[in-house]
Amino acid sequence: MTTPSQTVGPFFGFALPYEGGWELVPEGHPGAVTITGRVLDGAGEPVPDALLELWTGEPGGFGPRGSGSAGSGGGAFRGDGSGSAGSGRNGSGRGEFGGGGFGRCATEPDGSYRFRVSPPARPYLPLLVFARGLLKPVRTRVYLADVPDPLLGSLEPDRRATLLARADGKDAYRFDVRLQGERETVFLDF
Amino acid sequence: MTQPPYLYPGYASTVLRAPSHAPLPMKDDPEAAELTGPVFGHEDVNPLDADLTTGHAGEPLGERIIVTGRILDSSGRPVPRTLVEIWQANAAGRYAHPVDRHPAPLDPNFTGAGRCLTDDEGRYRFVTIKPGAYPWRNHPNAWRPAHIHFSVFGTAFTQRLVTQMYFPGDPLFAFDPIFQSVPDPAARERLVSAFDLDVTEPEWALGYRWDVVLGRTPVESTQEDA
Repeated sequence: MTTPSQTVGPFFGFALPYEGGWELVPEGHPGAVTITGRVLDGAGEPVPDALLELWTGEPGGFGPRGSGSAGSGGGAFRGDGSGSAGSGRNGSGRGEFGGGGFGRCATEPDGSYRFRVSPPARPYLPLLVFARGLLKPVRTRVYLADVPDPLLGSLEPDRRATLLARADGKDAYRFDVRLQGERETVFLDF
Repeated sequence: MTQPPYLYPGYASTVLRAPSHAPLPMKDDPEAAELTGPVFGHEDVNPLDADLTTGHAGEPLGERIIVTGRILDSSGRPVPRTLVEIWQANAAGRYAHPVDRHPAPLDPNFTGAGRCLTDDEGRYRFVTIKPGAYPWRNHPNAWRPAHIHFSVFGTAFTQRLVTQMYFPGDPLFAFDPIFQSVPDPAARERLVSAFDLDVTEPEWALGYRWDVVLGRTPVESTQEDA
């Protein structure tokens, strides 16, 4: 009796993204790492209308985000700048939307996204991708290190490589999501 | 089959975005991060966000409606205090989104985004206006049936659901590849709300009822195996 999935479509931008959604921890948070990348289609073209959600599996594990002073990093749906949905957006506010550990980022016109997180306790970060043209989301994992792991260990080297983020400077990683074709990202079914 | 496939050529945007590999079935792992999910609280959601007809200078145009129902897990148990987000076109079939070029009027009194937490019995309730059908460029003379987009979290990241709620008796169902992408006709019907006179408020708003059933989680199957 499960309710079927339907595409997120192209018009979620005024409803789902919220300011600071990509920042699970504030700038300067000790040990924080930044993950950036692009979402690409089967022709290698950027997907400019995807929505990515990242979940660390660690609710409230990072301490409160900067509430109030810094401007960015406020939680919840506060101050999303769209002036939409009435006056209800401006709650009294604290960090940790969804109890912390959850991030949401819409892709830019060049298909890029970013997240700033604490180093995860597990070797991977679960990632969901929604987009126009995806009738149901794809889910994958961003592995920050090539470690002994049942999932990684079950994959051929070239498939396995699609789950490994690439170090890209100090405390920074790159992880592209290729929806289709050559070097297609390994997607998971639970 | 309940879920649509990734590749459904009638919906042209799937052709270059559908993965060509089937998703990899994950082995049971009780420690998997995906078996937990974000927990939302009242500090995350303002109660006013459940009424899409307020918060502007005036009242939106269109047919005022109440949309309510329950969020249930695969065993039929209500999911309390989970986040439900919705977005939709206005009564003329136009989204308050810069990408939408449909030459129908914007409504200065309607944005079309709302959210709420379910109550202890898993109930959600929104007040909004009935969205209009709108054209899109998928194929010649393509029109989307009126719908409200729903985003639901559940208790595990594996349950995360984004879908669309439709209205009963829409003549566009037969022509809409997104609706038709759901293989099983019975599953397709589960995307259609029901008009409900008990939800309807006299001399104020028509009522529609729509329940959402989230997918089975690996945790649930583990519990049943035990």
